[in-house]
Amino acid sequence: MAVPYALTERPSYAGAPRRGPVTRLLEDQRWLAAVLLAPTIVLLGLFIAYPFVKGVELSVTDATVGVAGHFVGLRNFAALMGDSIFRIAVANTFLYTAVTTVFKLALGLWLALLLNRHFKGKALTRAFVLLPFIIPTVLSTFAWKWMFDPTFSVINWTLFRLGLIHARINWLGDPGLAMVSVIIVNIWRGVPFYAISLLAGLQTINPELQEAAAIDGARPWQRFRYVTWPLLLPVTMVVVLFSIIQTFADFQLVYVLTGGGPANATQLFATYAYQIGVGTGLLSQGAAVSLAMFPVLLVVVIVQLLYIRRVEIH
Amino acid sequence: MIEGAKWRRWLFFYVPLGAFILFLLFPFYWMVVTTFRPDAELYRPWMAPNYTPFWTLHPTLAHVKYLLGETLFSRWMLNTLVISIAATAISLFCGLLAGYALSRLDFPFAGSLGTGIFVTYLVPQTLLFIPLADIIRNFRLGDTPWSLILTYPTFLIPFCTWLLMGYFKAIPKELEECARIDGATRWKAMVYIIFPIAVPGILSAGIFAFTLSWNEFIYALVFLSSPEQKTVSVGVTSELIRGDVFFWGALMAGALLGSIPVAVIYSFFVEHYVAGLTGSVKG
Repeated sequence: MAVPYALTERPSYAGAPRRGPVTRLLEDQRWLAAVLLAPTIVLLGLFIAYPFVKGVELSVTDATVGVAGHFVGLRNFAALMGDSIFRIAVANTFLYTAVTTVFKLALGLWLALLLNRHFKGKALTRAFVLLPFIIPTVLSTFAWKWMFDPTFSVINWTLFRLGLIHARINWLGDPGLAMVSVIIVNIWRGVPFYAISLLAGLQTINPELQEAAAIDGARPWQRFRYVTWPLLLPVTMVVVLFSIIQTFADFQLVYVLTGGGPANATQLFATYAYQIGVGTGLLSQGAAVSLAMFPVLLVVVIVQLLYIRRVEIH
Repeated sequence: MIEGAKWRRWLFFYVPLGAFILFLLFPFYWMVVTTFRPDAELYRPWMAPNYTPFWTLHPTLAHVKYLLGETLFSRWMLNTLVISIAATAISLFCGLLAGYALSRLDFPFAGSLGTGIFVTYLVPQTLLFIPLADIIRNFRLGDTPWSLILTYPTFLIPFCTWLLMGYFKAIPKELEECARIDGATRWKAMVYIIFPIAVPGILSAGIFAFTLSWNEFIYALVFLSSPEQKTVSVGVTSELIRGDVFFWGALMAGALLGSIPVAVIYSFFVEHYVAGLTGSVKG
């Protein structure tokens, strides 16, 4: 590439081995890094950092759609403390996240262990199992809403035919059952993600360890408890923390199934923020509801960062 | 692998696996059956003696025809496709460059920038949608595809960057150094030596990003208002329900057809998709 100056006859080639100012600048790692990171920093700054600042700003004013509003200090947050619907939403969100996470982890791990065995049609099964996770959530949730329909419910029909129930179950209309229904759908959507991620973790574990433990007389349960589980823990932690964030901030599933009802029985942070901020147009209060999620999310993110750092050191 | 008697194998393996598959796939079967079921059979209460839930006696294309002929469904599909492809392309471009810089260049604040991008990856859309809606309005992007094409990368770039960093880190430094000794600039070594090696990673990131864009809901719900601008998820939700009346046949047809593009891409690239998924959590 670099042609020695003396070999070239035409003077226009004189500058060829030297490089233009831009190219030279890009040879410096710092400048190259700045150029490469610029588009990402601009986009994330404009649509993540700026909205975050703007959200904090909105939450301390009394702005509504089209009206800038005045500074009101922490009055919006104080109002939330006294808001009984907000308190219900907080309790619901914690319940929803806790229950679904436990079930998703337990069922996901079980499914991962099943899929980790050798059987015919394994690849196909694995591909199909992931479907609930890849199909757009809103669309598949409509299928569930239809299955839960009080008059036309196929679930009711099945349970009735099996002799398990004698009257119709109003899945989404009854406040207690509505929460159960929403939880079932969230578990349905989340199990494949857990199963496939944990399966990937299981596949990195050397099978010889299992065999060695078996030779030493360990029972299947002991082999799982003392060999597989400790090795799987790092992946599990990341999957669980990741899933907690997603579940805690969940919106679409509840929006489609119940809209937060009946009587706020399934109201979550995000659905309540939507209802106030977009439905009623009270931007500042909606922003305050959304931001109230932030401390919890921050704790989870910090735990995750510390955990990843710890794993990387070891 | 599975020891013991045959009944044990059934009890501990086939039965639970079968139950999982039934639970996970039944809603899709239900979607398909409903799509092709005439209204007369559809709106038959489950208590009725002639309620036949699991098959349909007179399959019909009426719902699909209604969906394609009487609604803006094909327009929503096109919108979603354009938005998803554009957002994925932008995210891959940014993620490639940023991933390269963060994993292979030495510069001040590299570590904290990497952590910063990882943290934005964990920011859920529901945290920022209200102030973001205000910003979109101020930028006069509301009700245009650009409102989504520019905001989807906020959750796609961090993911793409993170995934591609994993691929870049695995490429030995010597490869790049050889190219540079031969006279290639840093830029050329990056574009012609490093990027081609990372093609499997780019494919995984792209497929995953595409499905995430197709799946996105709350931004599309808040930023778009006119029916002809909507994406599939939002269009189906808002236009196929009039007041309290649900057009279940058309809704299920919409859910089925709206899932097909993602399902097709997924079926061709299962391995890449799984690599993207597991890469996204392993980091």
